[in-house]
Amino acid sequence: MSKRSTPSRGGTSFNRRDFLKGSGATVAASAMAAGGVPTTAEAAIAQKQAVAGPTKVTLNVNGEDHEVTVEPRTSLLDVLRYDLNLTGCKDLEDVSVDGADTVIIDGKATYASTVLALQARGKEIRTVESLRDGGQVDEVVSCFVKHDAMQCGYCTPGFVAATRAFLDKNPDASLEEIQQGLGGNICRCGTYDGITRCALELTGKGGA
Amino acid sequence: MAERTISWEPRNENEIIGTDVERVDGLEKASGHAKYSTDVNPKGTLHVRLLTCPHAHARIASLDVETAKKVDGVKSVHVFPGREPGLEIHFQGHPIVAVAAETPGQAAEGVSAIEIEYEVLEHLVDEFDLAGAVKTGRAKPLRITEEGSIGQAFAEADAVVSGFYGIPSITHMCLEPHGSHCQWPGDSELLVHLSTQNVSGTPGQFAQPLGVDAANVTVNCEYIGGGFGSKFSADEWGVACAAISKETGRPVRLHLDRATELQIAGGRPSGFANVTIAADENGKITAWDSHHWGTSGPDGGTISQVPYVIVAPNRRVQVTGIVTNTGPARAWRAPNHPQACALTDTAIDDLAAELEMDPLDVFKANLDLTWNPEIYAGEIDVGAELMDWKNLWQPRGEWEEGGELHGLGMAIHTWGGRAGPGNCTVRVNRDGTVETFAGTQDLGTGTKTVIAMTLAETFGVPLSKVKVNIGSSKYPACGGSGGSTTVGGVSGPHRRAALNALWQIFDLVAEKHNVEADSLKATGGKIVSGDETVCTWDEAARLVGPMGLEIQGKGPEDDGLTDQQVGGVQMVHAAVDPETGVVRIVKYVAVQDMGLIINPVGARSQILGSMIMCIAYALSEERIYDEVTGRFINSNLKDYKLPRIGDIGELVVELYQPDSEYQRGVVGLGEPPVISGGAAISNAVANALGVRVPVLPLTPKHVLDAARNA
Repeated sequence: MSKRSTPSRGGTSFNRRDFLKGSGATVAASAMAAGGVPTTAEAAIAQKQAVAGPTKVTLNVNGEDHEVTVEPRTSLLDVLRYDLNLTGCKDLEDVSVDGADTVIIDGKATYASTVLALQARGKEIRTVESLRDGGQVDEVVSCFVKHDAMQCGYCTPGFVAATRAFLDKNPDASLEEIQQGLGGNICRCGTYDGITRCALELTGKGGA
Repeated sequence: MAERTISWEPRNENEIIGTDVERVDGLEKASGHAKYSTDVNPKGTLHVRLLTCPHAHARIASLDVETAKKVDGVKSVHVFPGREPGLEIHFQGHPIVAVAAETPGQAAEGVSAIEIEYEVLEHLVDEFDLAGAVKTGRAKPLRITEEGSIGQAFAEADAVVSGFYGIPSITHMCLEPHGSHCQWPGDSELLVHLSTQNVSGTPGQFAQPLGVDAANVTVNCEYIGGGFGSKFSADEWGVACAAISKETGRPVRLHLDRATELQIAGGRPSGFANVTIAADENGKITAWDSHHWGTSGPDGGTISQVPYVIVAPNRRVQVTGIVTNTGPARAWRAPNHPQACALTDTAIDDLAAELEMDPLDVFKANLDLTWNPEIYAGEIDVGAELMDWKNLWQPRGEWEEGGELHGLGMAIHTWGGRAGPGNCTVRVNRDGTVETFAGTQDLGTGTKTVIAMTLAETFGVPLSKVKVNIGSSKYPACGGSGGSTTVGGVSGPHRRAALNALWQIFDLVAEKHNVEADSLKATGGKIVSGDETVCTWDEAARLVGPMGLEIQGKGPEDDGLTDQQVGGVQMVHAAVDPETGVVRIVKYVAVQDMGLIINPVGARSQILGSMIMCIAYALSEERIYDEVTGRFINSNLKDYKLPRIGDIGELVVELYQPDSEYQRGVVGLGEPPVISGGAAISNAVANALGVRVPVLPLTPKHVLDAARNA
């Protein structure tokens, strides 16, 4: 595979640490550690009142508002999978390090299992399903197919969502940046070569 | 005149077979619309959490589930059969109780409410310590075999090398955990969405313990999130899921949590060996003497196939199994072969170093000890050129570049891959569309695409006219997808059925258009006779009548469509950071024969995936049990180290396909390329470092320890 050394045109570097910071992981942990007492201004706004028991919330998913009933402990992942039947994001039944549950929240690739449904209120949530709407197929999806960047396909939607979010922010990323930026996802079948080729092709087209 | 014999088209006459075709379900998978068993969640589905044994070896002292039944939202508390006081448990993760509730959280609360006490028994989880196992009565002498005279051969040899090698247990780590969604559409009618590589073989496994007729059980699996050999069975938790569904009258989903998945639903046996190998001055191997041991869990088995591929004429092989309190083994892609290769081809590489020879020359000098010298010789030459081996190779420890130590290593492998049993019903509709029904499954290998290509090629129609229906036990039965038997197992029956259908259509066309039936060919959406178009495919299809034409296909048959046994060579260029012990794959070449290749892009994907799995078990992946507590301490995705996208280096795949390969017919491919990478990577690191790192995975600690001890 050819090595591209062009510096990122967007000027935004992307790494795994930022990815984790950006995911809900740290926010959720601090909120829970404090026994539900908001610890940041952002969290305080989001949690004006303590919530107990089943609660109705409205979530904006793929451009539409959905009213769902959740428990305070319910993750965004569970709402997407069980209430909205958006099962492209997968639950690997583990702590989140695998990226199979990647969704795009306010433009950022995020592990949906690290975000509580309550935290996702007022945010713009995009799932992988939005990248193929009828005949409209996002270039990342078709490029994954073209490079056969999948086998069993279980991790693939998470990788597609992560790649979409990464390319939106890093349309001209180098090979090293791609490897860092997509390092938050795991594939067991071994499809990394195809995914890399796909991402390189799209960065060659300015992120398409 | 075309003869009516079952065969593939001559290689240069194919329009679709042998060309790169995108997988037919690629869009579904990539966009998240493909539904796996975990994704079947009709309203009202109950969620299950399991109580499993936290101890490696214990006896149930008491069990009380009454409080769990009172937990809010809990609908069923299912005690697995036989789980009662007195029962001895032999490994951590053994399932004891399944709790079903309205939400996953409530099910977990139910599990917490169960009162259970164990009498903890003495355990052994160390698969490496043979002496310790002997002392505690955990070692099982399995066999000693002897051929020729090793004593004389060692005495007469020019070089004799002794070494220790090892490859620990790993797990399957299917990203979709084992499990199912079950519902009962009728009182005695069960519908299971099972994550399985054995659609046709599993209904009976549900029927028997549940006391229903197998005819009333439907198992569906359109997509499966990884199997690798571990998903052939309904498993007792599958039966429990169906039983809870029956009891509650609700749909139920039961998939293992990640830790349990790794503890009980996957495992590849380990192998450790003391090897002595001898050769003459030309590197010709004359004798092999080995004692290997390892574990497959409580059964106390280990691996076979040692020595591997290159079989010395004089040899002695001693095998000892260790009975451990670890999860039971399941078939892992190419059972026995990766381990046997990692114990054999490493010893051959060390022998080459002792002889101060290039290991490539030593492998070549011994090909007459393999089953097919010709194929390996051809593949080694191709691989050497792709790797630029002869220019790059240096004796051990002599290639330093950019602060890193570099080295090359190679290894060879073999696999059977004959066609598995399979049936199908192919239907040509009156509008020219073609459908097929087969109770097979697509593990990710591209089964659906291969079937579609076979039919499209045979009928001379575009892929868009072909619809492939697989993944249901109600379709004609097919074998499980294991041992690289699927592509041969489905392409053969489909080619036979399609040819038989086509010949019937030719007869109809011949009658209508007054041409010789045997002169007809189907190509490019037309029926042609010589250079003349007789009619379009759609016009021909209209002749089949209102019910369409339905033909059954079966296999395997001895008609030349399929074959078995492949070779394969892998070569690795690795770099080692001497300060940190980190190993980096610079370049990795795989050369693989596989008979007739239906879809090259799918074949390449299989090989690339195998190479990455080799990198995983060679560099980072292992199952780690804590000797004190007996617990599987890295049974999660964070601590069970798999490579990420930046960890693979440059991968080069060469599909080895001279005309002689095409003429063999189809041979399966899933297993072979996952075999020799472990040994090849270990050999490359030994070449770089100047010393063998004896046991995989080649973690920084293992590498630094070996370098320090040198």
